[in-house]
Amino acid sequence: MRIGVLLAVLLFTPLSIAQNLYQQLGEKEGIETVVEEMLYRVGGDDRIAHHFTDVDIMRVHKLISEQICDVSGGPCDYSGDDMKTSHRNMGVTNADFNALVEHLIAAMEKHDIPVSAQNQLLGLLAPMHGDIVEN
Amino acid sequence: MKMNIRDSLVYGSHSILAGVLLFSSATFADQGTRLLATGGASTLEGAGGGGIVPWATLSSYAGKGQFGATVNLSEVAVDDFRLSVQGASVSWNNRIELSYAEQTFDLSTIGGELSQSILGAKVRLAGDLIYGDLPQISVGAQHKKNNDYALPSAVGSQDDSSVDWYVSAAKAWLDGPFHRTWVANLTLRSSKANQLGLLGFGGDKENSRDWLTEASVAAFLNRYWAVGIEYRQKPDNLNFAEEQDWKDLFVAYFPNKHVSVVGAYTDLGSIAGLDDQTGWYLSVQAAF
Repeated sequence: MRIGVLLAVLLFTPLSIAQNLYQQLGEKEGIETVVEEMLYRVGGDDRIAHHFTDVDIMRVHKLISEQICDVSGGPCDYSGDDMKTSHRNMGVTNADFNALVEHLIAAMEKHDIPVSAQNQLLGLLAPMHGDIVEN
Repeated sequence: MKMNIRDSLVYGSHSILAGVLLFSSATFADQGTRLLATGGASTLEGAGGGGIVPWATLSSYAGKGQFGATVNLSEVAVDDFRLSVQGASVSWNNRIELSYAEQTFDLSTIGGELSQSILGAKVRLAGDLIYGDLPQISVGAQHKKNNDYALPSAVGSQDDSSVDWYVSAAKAWLDGPFHRTWVANLTLRSSKANQLGLLGFGGDKENSRDWLTEASVAAFLNRYWAVGIEYRQKPDNLNFAEEQDWKDLFVAYFPNKHVSVVGAYTDLGSIAGLDDQTGWYLSVQAAF
């Protein structure tokens, strides 16, 4: 048991110490790169691309980057509407939400964001599910 | 004769596999809308879950309005026994799961074999594994029927078929301890099954239903690999041999939404009077 705990500590701690989440995500530039990659993938995904056809994609990129910077502890203040207001009447389904999560994960994997940082960000964004998805 | 039955079973399951593969390319073309690994693995009894515990999650990645299916093969080899399982499941709407499993229990040391068929159903009642505050809660039933009842009857079992009922709750934490994603499942089962039912149902020692606790905890090291433990309480209905709780320590690999592989070290305790049955478990699942 004690050996198990020790192994677990050895396995996990080097990944989670020292840097805060904002830094682990590569700060402002790293976040903007990941969001760009995510939106690029969304654009090629027929399942959800239609949600982004009539929007100013540069503005979406700016707002999502700003929001991630904000929630991860970076020096940003998210200037957009709250999640409920900004997704009202968009008809976002659970499947759409999961598709976006998959693209965000793929983008983070591509840019070598550590798993511990990926999980911290996903853990911060997942509670927004209730305000974004319409049942 | 025995070989023929065994061969035809194996052949049959391969036919099912081929059939599902053909079928899937035609009708399950769209990928399931749930996140990777949320379909879990296949249990020894056919239901979606860990290895030995059925989970509140439904097998495959079928989301709202979608159908999904899985086929799976599992082997458990402990000191004096070997269990082979061939199973399949169909799910709809992330709401209902129907499963079927054929278990063959090879009594390597004692000689001979036992087998049973399990037809299962599971319904998600409330909640979601990942989103919201409520855990995912499901209820399920497993109808089990012995194919060979001579030995179970001889050792004191009272019936060759019975139904297990269970209620399960499962929850995932995306950012759990050590910033890893964790999944936990708790299942309460009402059962009379001796050694999963392979040694019949009820017994000369006790012939009433027991409420049994089963639990699993897993941590995802990254997106594709998880390690975990499972525990399954067992009844003890037969005078001829004590039945003990089951445990396993597993590693699961989810390379994509179509394949999963689970390997485990298992401790099945005493079986039919032979103590300390430990060994390995390997399960492969294909999902569509």
